[in-house]
Amino acid sequence: MLQVDNLTGGYGKEPIVKNISFRVNKGEILGILGPNGSGKSTLLKIISGILPKQEGTVKIDGQDAAVYSQKQFAKKVAVLPQLHAHAFSHTVKDTVALGRYPHQTGLFSSWSDVDERAVTEALAYTGITRYKDTAIELLSGGEQQRVFVAQALAQEAPILLLDEPTNHLDIAHQQQLLDTIRNHAVEKGVTVISVFHDVNLASLYCDRLLLMEQGEIAIIGEPQDVIRETMIGKVYNARVKTQPHPELPKPQMTLLPEKSEESEPFIVNKEHFTVSAERVSLQVNQPLKTVSSAVVNAGLGWYRAFVNRHVDENYNCDDVKAEMSAYLKQHGYPLSDTVGMMTAVTTEHAEIGEYEGDFGTILVMVTAGVGNAVDVSQALDRERKIGTINTWVIVNGQLPEEAFIQAMITATEAKTKALQTENIKDPLTGTIATGTSTDSLLVAATQVGEHLPYAGPITPLGKLIGHGVYDCTVRAIRAYKIAKGWT
Amino acid sequence: MNKAALAYIVSAATLLVAVWLGVSIGTVKIPISTFWDSSDTTATNILWKIRMPRVILAGLVGASLAISGAAFQGLLKNPLADPYTLGVSSGASVGAVVTLFFGLSIPILGTYTLPVFSMTGAALTMFLVIGFARLVDRSMKMETIILTGIIFGSFLGSVLSLMIALTGEELRQIIGWLLGSVSMRGWNYILMVLPFVVIGSFILWMNRRELNAMLFGEERAHHLGVNVKRRKFMILIGGSILTGSAVAVSGTIGFVGLVVPHMTRLMWGSDHRHLLTLSFMNGASLLIICDLVARTIISPSELPVGVITAFIGAPVFAYIFYRQRRKGAM
Repeated sequence: MLQVDNLTGGYGKEPIVKNISFRVNKGEILGILGPNGSGKSTLLKIISGILPKQEGTVKIDGQDAAVYSQKQFAKKVAVLPQLHAHAFSHTVKDTVALGRYPHQTGLFSSWSDVDERAVTEALAYTGITRYKDTAIELLSGGEQQRVFVAQALAQEAPILLLDEPTNHLDIAHQQQLLDTIRNHAVEKGVTVISVFHDVNLASLYCDRLLLMEQGEIAIIGEPQDVIRETMIGKVYNARVKTQPHPELPKPQMTLLPEKSEESEPFIVNKEHFTVSAERVSLQVNQPLKTVSSAVVNAGLGWYRAFVNRHVDENYNCDDVKAEMSAYLKQHGYPLSDTVGMMTAVTTEHAEIGEYEGDFGTILVMVTAGVGNAVDVSQALDRERKIGTINTWVIVNGQLPEEAFIQAMITATEAKTKALQTENIKDPLTGTIATGTSTDSLLVAATQVGEHLPYAGPITPLGKLIGHGVYDCTVRAIRAYKIAKGWT
Repeated sequence: MNKAALAYIVSAATLLVAVWLGVSIGTVKIPISTFWDSSDTTATNILWKIRMPRVILAGLVGASLAISGAAFQGLLKNPLADPYTLGVSSGASVGAVVTLFFGLSIPILGTYTLPVFSMTGAALTMFLVIGFARLVDRSMKMETIILTGIIFGSFLGSVLSLMIALTGEELRQIIGWLLGSVSMRGWNYILMVLPFVVIGSFILWMNRRELNAMLFGEERAHHLGVNVKRRKFMILIGGSILTGSAVAVSGTIGFVGLVVPHMTRLMWGSDHRHLLTLSFMNGASLLIICDLVARTIISPSELPVGVITAFIGAPVFAYIFYRQRRKGAM
């Protein structure tokens, strides 16, 4: 356990670190963040005793660190430095064995079994046992850094301080090193304090973060409290956007680069669509921000090509995604740049509409097959059959994420209303259907032009989407009915 | 076999051979039997009165220079450092040259005036250098120490040059002393230098593990639990004691302190737990052999041993260097 109270200090008379107080519990990982020159490395150096403090105390296990001798301190606190050069060669094992220095006493300081075991364990833990007789300068940067991790671990100190431990390491080595340290913290209850350059890495691996600004604490707290757009933007003086990590409850941030020149006016219109018996496709020059429930490249992304492919009613395939990918590839659509959907409906009956509002235009494309319509409120235990309503909504404007979600709600409601108007019933229940069991929806936006913060039915955009989707769906259902000879 | 054990055996054997060659070869060949059979009085006298003290002194001087060179290179993390880097040797030289220049002879000291003055010069310089370095920078960074050594060394060097320039007939004597020699010193010189060699070497040996830690930088050593300031101070004092006393009894013999640690490192690695002791032994062997060559190569006249050290040492070093690098490349 480490406690810092009102710590002030630095190199010269003018303190670099001012009035810092925090506390780190046993087994906890605290990350220190901050822009260059904010004093994060200085803070670590004052804690480890390399630089003098002017005021305040550093307490280790409740006792003032100033009363410890150098050796006693090293038994309590191990430090992992940044990678550095060394003048003369040492073998890996000798280097790691130096970590036992604070544990050795007496003139001859005999090497005990405990020392040997600690070194062997540290070598094994960091996966460098096979290099133990190699000269350290013959290892790569990542391996060398592991040797120093092993040295720090061999010290068997309950507190570990790290100063940008992943500097100069590639991403695989960064991950390896931080995984090792975190596992060590969890298994042995070691307290870790680490300076980070990389905000996202710090968020991933730390329990709490301390953000420094000009020598003082800007904020200390859990990653989600610290990594906020306004906070990071202010302290680092950078334009950033935060987003959740795809798999962990840890926020991540990305930089928003300065847009170099005014982006060219770019509008999607009906001419960009191509309709054939095999597919409906939309191809544009600039990527559209897209949210969809497609077969290929579903989810969120940026794409320039969109394909709604007609497949036979009896189409059956174990791996639909792979088959669809092969199809797209075969027809010259780059996989990384294409969203692909499927429908059993003949794509010649696709309805494409262009709708104009004050802010600009939207485009809607619908293919509708309602042979398999269901009332979603009574859709339990239903066999899955082909028969799909695929809907695309393309917006010429800039939408935030919430507007994408609102656009999807609006489009779905409009579709359901169209089914009602056309009196499409669930053949099993006899009630009005709300859709089919395999409908897909795609909302895409150019992200240039007008800012459109919302897309609910109360806004001009929402009204346009509602009208457009309803209009196209009704027309598509009618075309389907004619094709099937229902009327 | 353990590599370290092999290193000690090889070095000790080399030293024994060097001692044996050193005492047996010369204008009069001394058979090995003289050690136990004192029937041949001339041989016994030459062995114990002339050759043995000379060989032992050469050994002590070589050992002192080599161990302090190894320690300074490790401490300063600089492969170009040697015992003379600190400028202490220049102080010893000035002390000696002043004695020769003014023809000083203190009655009680007699012929020992020169080494006593020289040691005094070395001690004064040591305190001045370390004191000044601390004044400049309380934490005594390695760069500070090296620069302070250069300042004092070059200043004292110019004092030496001045005295040489102003010198008349003692020139040859002064130059001869500066180039270094261990001839005709006798047992008293050994007794004079021995305590310093023992104390200085012991101080350095006590810091062998700290030197290992400091190879990774002062900060790293600090983090590993080394009391860097105190240890640095001890190493500087230990090395200075060795250098000062060696220069005082033999003059400024070059090359040994610079290159023996490197040769030892190339052959046996840079772990100071072994490096210091091995350098000590190898330095002794090298200087004994060099002194042997110095007094026999143009016999009956002698060359200053300092001329020979580089003459023999450089090719040997070149060979080891070449072999090691080739091995590393393949």
